[in-house]
Amino acid sequence: MQERHTTTLTLEVNREKRTVVFPTHHTLLEVLREECGLTGTKHGCELGECGACAVLVDGRPVLSCLALAAEMEGRTIETVEGLADGNRLHPLQAAFADLGAAQCGYCTPGILMTAKALLDKKNPVSDAEVREALSGNLCRCTGYQKILEAVAWAAATLRGEDSRPGDAVFYGAPVAAEGG
Amino acid sequence: MTANRDYRVVGRPFRRVDGRAKVTGQTLFADDLVFPRMAFLRLVRSTVPHAEIRAVDLGEAERMPGVLGFLTGEDLPITFGILPVSQDEHALALGKVRMVGDPVVAVAALTEDEADAAALAVRVDYEPLATIASVDEALATPEPRIHDYGDGGNVHKRISLEFGRVDEGFAQADVTLEDTFFYEGNTHLPIEQHAAVAVPTGDDRVTLYSSTQTPHYVHRALARVLELPASRIRVVACPNGGGFGGKSDVFGHEIAVAKMALVLGRPVKVTLTREEVFYCHRGRHPVLMHVRTGFRKDGSITAQHLRTTLDGGAYGSYGVASAFYTGALQTVTYELPRYRFETLRAFTNKPPGGPKRGHGTPQPRFAFEVHLDKAAHALGLDPADLRLSQLAAPGSVTANWLQLGTVGLGRCIEAVVAGSGWRERYGRLPHGRGLGLACGSYLCGAGLPIYWNHMPQSAVQLRLDRSGLVTAYCGQTEIGQGSDSVLAAIVAEVLGVDLDDVRLCVADTDLTPVDLGSYSSRVTLMMGHAAHEAAERARELVAGAVADQLAVPETRLVFAEGRVFDAEDPGKGLSFAEAVIAAEVRHGALATTGSYTPPRSPGRYKGAGVGPSPTYSYSAAVIEVEVDPATGIYDVVHVWIGHDVGRSINPTLVLGQVEGSVYMGLGEAMMEEQAFRRLPRRLSGALVHKMPSMLEYKSPTFHDMPPVTTYLIEDPDPKGPLGAKEVGQGPLLPIMPALANAVFDAVGVRVDQVPIHPHMIVKALASKAQGKEARYGPARFPDVDFGETLHVPTPAEGGDGRAREPVARETAGMRSTTGTMTTKEEALKEKERAALTTV
Repeated sequence: MQERHTTTLTLEVNREKRTVVFPTHHTLLEVLREECGLTGTKHGCELGECGACAVLVDGRPVLSCLALAAEMEGRTIETVEGLADGNRLHPLQAAFADLGAAQCGYCTPGILMTAKALLDKKNPVSDAEVREALSGNLCRCTGYQKILEAVAWAAATLRGEDSRPGDAVFYGAPVAAEGG
Repeated sequence: MTANRDYRVVGRPFRRVDGRAKVTGQTLFADDLVFPRMAFLRLVRSTVPHAEIRAVDLGEAERMPGVLGFLTGEDLPITFGILPVSQDEHALALGKVRMVGDPVVAVAALTEDEADAAALAVRVDYEPLATIASVDEALATPEPRIHDYGDGGNVHKRISLEFGRVDEGFAQADVTLEDTFFYEGNTHLPIEQHAAVAVPTGDDRVTLYSSTQTPHYVHRALARVLELPASRIRVVACPNGGGFGGKSDVFGHEIAVAKMALVLGRPVKVTLTREEVFYCHRGRHPVLMHVRTGFRKDGSITAQHLRTTLDGGAYGSYGVASAFYTGALQTVTYELPRYRFETLRAFTNKPPGGPKRGHGTPQPRFAFEVHLDKAAHALGLDPADLRLSQLAAPGSVTANWLQLGTVGLGRCIEAVVAGSGWRERYGRLPHGRGLGLACGSYLCGAGLPIYWNHMPQSAVQLRLDRSGLVTAYCGQTEIGQGSDSVLAAIVAEVLGVDLDDVRLCVADTDLTPVDLGSYSSRVTLMMGHAAHEAAERARELVAGAVADQLAVPETRLVFAEGRVFDAEDPGKGLSFAEAVIAAEVRHGALATTGSYTPPRSPGRYKGAGVGPSPTYSYSAAVIEVEVDPATGIYDVVHVWIGHDVGRSINPTLVLGQVEGSVYMGLGEAMMEEQAFRRLPRRLSGALVHKMPSMLEYKSPTFHDMPPVTTYLIEDPDPKGPLGAKEVGQGPLLPIMPALANAVFDAVGVRVDQVPIHPHMIVKALASKAQGKEARYGPARFPDVDFGETLHVPTPAEGGDGRAREPVARETAGMRSTTGTMTTKEEALKEKERAALTTV
C-alpha cells in the first residue's frame, strides 16, 4: 500500500478564502463537496461526460471532476452557492425557478454556472451561442427548452430589459377553436 | 365545493415549491448527506455474466487500511423483488451470478478511497456457465436455467389472451396487413447516480435515506430481508436527481448498506459509479413485435393480433407487468373490437429490463402507429383522418375490459395537424423532407398496487396550525416531476392560502402516510385526490366555526387570499389564521386525512390487473424531419405535440413534462440503446455492455433538441382531482413512431425499428433501388409457444369481464398488481405482510 500524500492550500471559493487539507489526488469536485461542505456542485459520472459538476475557475467553466484541487491555489472559484446576491436570486436562478427549467435540479448547478460564464462574457447572446456553450451539459428532465427560455429571460434581465416570456412559454401554444 | 369556482392557484403558472432550493444548491440529494462517523461502502460486482461462485477470498482485502467489514450473500440470504411473483434477487449474490455487474461482496471502510481499494483486492473464483444473450438463445437453451422458476426453461412468463372472436373479425376485413418491428432496449440515464445512506438508530432500528422513487416498497423489502419489524425501519426518499423508472426497484445496495450500518453501528453511505448505474438498469426492454390487423376500406379495424417477445435480462423486476404492458394499452386509442395478444418474457444474462417512462407501452405503440401509417397508405386515406375517424369512445369499455374516461385524442390530433400545416404540407414536401404523425395514450396510475391489498394507494394528512400554517404529510416522492408542487397547490387552492403558507413533509415512512411511489404516472391523480379530500375536510372544520363566529351561512363562505369571508360581504371575514383559531377553540387540535383507492376495473380475467387506470391521458405528435438520402443522416426540424392533460395544476410544469417526454422519446428514436456484445472466447466470452458510460451511451444534447410546440388540451376529467390527468409519461409515446413515419414521408422507405440509425435509411433506400422491399427492419418473428390461450368475450359480445374457461376453485388465484393472479395462499401471506407493514 503506497503512502497517501496530502496537500494543504488556501482556496478562494465564492469570494471566501479557506485553508483545506485533502489527499493530493482528490479532484476539485471532491474537495468542494467533502472538505468545503459545498454539496451544491453535483456529480453524474466523475469522468467529464455529463457537465453536472461544472464550476467557474477564474470565470471560466471547468469540469470539477477533471480538475485537481491541488492546482487551485490563487485561483478564483465560483459555485452555485455563490450565485445569489445574499438572499436575492441571480436572474438566472429566478428564471430557472419560475419556468421549471430545473426539474429534478441535479444538472442545474452545472448549467447555471456554465450559463453565467457565458452571459458574463457576452450579452446579448444568440440561441445558437447558448446551445453551444451548454452543449457539454446533459439534462434528462427538461428537453432543454425551458432552460433555453430561462437563459434568454435572464440575459434580458441582466441587460436591464423587462422581457417576461410570452404566454406560450407558460401556458403552451394557443389551441385553435375546437373543430369536429 | 371547489368544482364550479374559478381557481386561484391551480391552472396558473407558479414557481415550483422546491424551485428555490434547486437553483441555489440547497436541495439535499442522498449523496449530499453527511453524518458523524460515516463510513463508506463499495460493492464488488461480478465480472462474468453467468457462473457458480466457487469461492470468495477476502484475505488480502481484510488487511487493507481503513477496512471495517464485509458482507457476502450468506449474510443476506432472503430473496426480494419488486413483484410478489418475482422474489428472485439477493442483495449480494448467493452461490451464483447471473450478469456482469451482479453485486457479490460489500466492503465498508473509513473512506471512499479505502473502500475502493479494498473492493479491488477481493478475489472471487467463478465456475462459468453457458451465457444467454437473447430471446432466441433463451428459447434454444432451456438448460442451464438462469432461475428455477418461471414458465419453463429460461422463459420467465408466457401469456396468451384473446378478447372476442378474432378470427371472425379477420374474416370481415377488406385488407389484412402484417408487420414485424423491433424496439431496442435503452436506459433511464438519470444524471444522479443512485446513492443511499443508512443510519442505525438503536439495537435493531435503522434509517435509510435513498434516491428511490418507491420508499414504501423499499421499506417492505428491507423488513423482509433484514428480518426486522417494518416499524423499526425508516425509509426516507430523498429528492431524486432524475428517476424515469430507474429508481423504482429495490436495489441490492440499499439492503447491503442498511445491513452494514446495523453490523458496524455507524452510518454508512454507498454511492454508485456511473458504470454501476448501467448495471442497475431496469429500463426499456428490447421487444420484438409482430402485428396483424384487419381493416375495412374506411380504415375501421375489425381485429388485431399482436405478438411480442421481451428480452428480460437476469431478474424478474417488474417484468411480468412489463410483458402485459406490451399489449394492454393497444385498445384505448382507437375502436378495436376484437384483439388477441400474446407475449413471452425470457431470462438472459444481462441487466434486467423493467419500467422506463411509458413502461412496456412505447414498444407496441411504436408498432401500432407505424402499422397504421402503412394502413393509411394501403387504403388511400390520410393518416390523420384515419385516426380521427376511429377514436375510442369516451366512457366506453374496451375489448380487453378497460374503462375509459374522457378522450381528448381528437383535439390533440386537430391541434398538431393545424399547427404543423399538415393538410397543406403532408405528402407534398420536397424529397428529403417529411412529416409524420402518431398518437399515444397512457395510464393515470396503475389501478392495482404492487402487492395484494385493499388499502388506499395514496393518503395525505393535514395539520392546521394556529399560525395559519398548513402542513401536508404524504409518502409521495419528488423525482423532479413536480409532485411537491401539485400537493401544495391543491391544498392551497382548497384552503385559500398562499403556497408559502403550505409546508410539506414527504416520502418518509416514519412520518408520512403511505403513497405507493412515483411510478405509473399515478401521483397527480391519486395523491391529488387524497390531498383534495383532506383539504376539503379541513375546510369544513374551519368553515363551521367561522360561520358561527360571523353568523354567516357556511355555504356563503369563501376561502381565498389567506382569508375566510362572506361571499356577499367580502369585508366581513377572518384571516385564515384567525379562522383556524376559531376552529381550534371548537374542535381542539386540527388535523384531517384524505385517501384514495382507485375504482375497481370491470375486467375479471386472469391478467386483467395490468392496464386498468382511473382514466387515461392522450397525446398526438407531428414531427418534421429532413433526411439526406445519400448518408441517411437526418435532422428533426420541429415537433408539434398535443397532450390531453384533463386540467393543468401548473401549466408551466406540465409543459416541462411534455417537452421532457418529447426529448426522451427523441433520444430513444434517434440514438439511445442499451446494447450488449459477447467478448471473443479468448477474452472469456463474457457478455458485456457495449457502452457503460455517458459518453458512449448517446443521449441528445442541446444541439440535438429541436424546437417543440406544445398544445395543452384541457378538458377536465371527473375521474381526476380537479379534472387533472397525467403528463409525465404519455407524451413520450407518439414520438418514436412519428419520427419513423416522417422518415417515410421524406424519402419513401420504412425503418421498422428504433433507434433509427442513418445506415438503416441508406440500406432501405438501396433495397428499394434494387426493386426489393423499401424497408429496414427485423425479417422474422420466431415461432413461439405462448401457452394456453384465455378466451375473454368482449363487452360488445355480452361478456361479463371473465374468461370463458372456468378456473377450478381450488387453484383459483387472487389478483396481484401484476395481473398474474398469485395463488390464494401467497395472496393471503401478502395480506398478512401488508397488515404488518402498513400503518
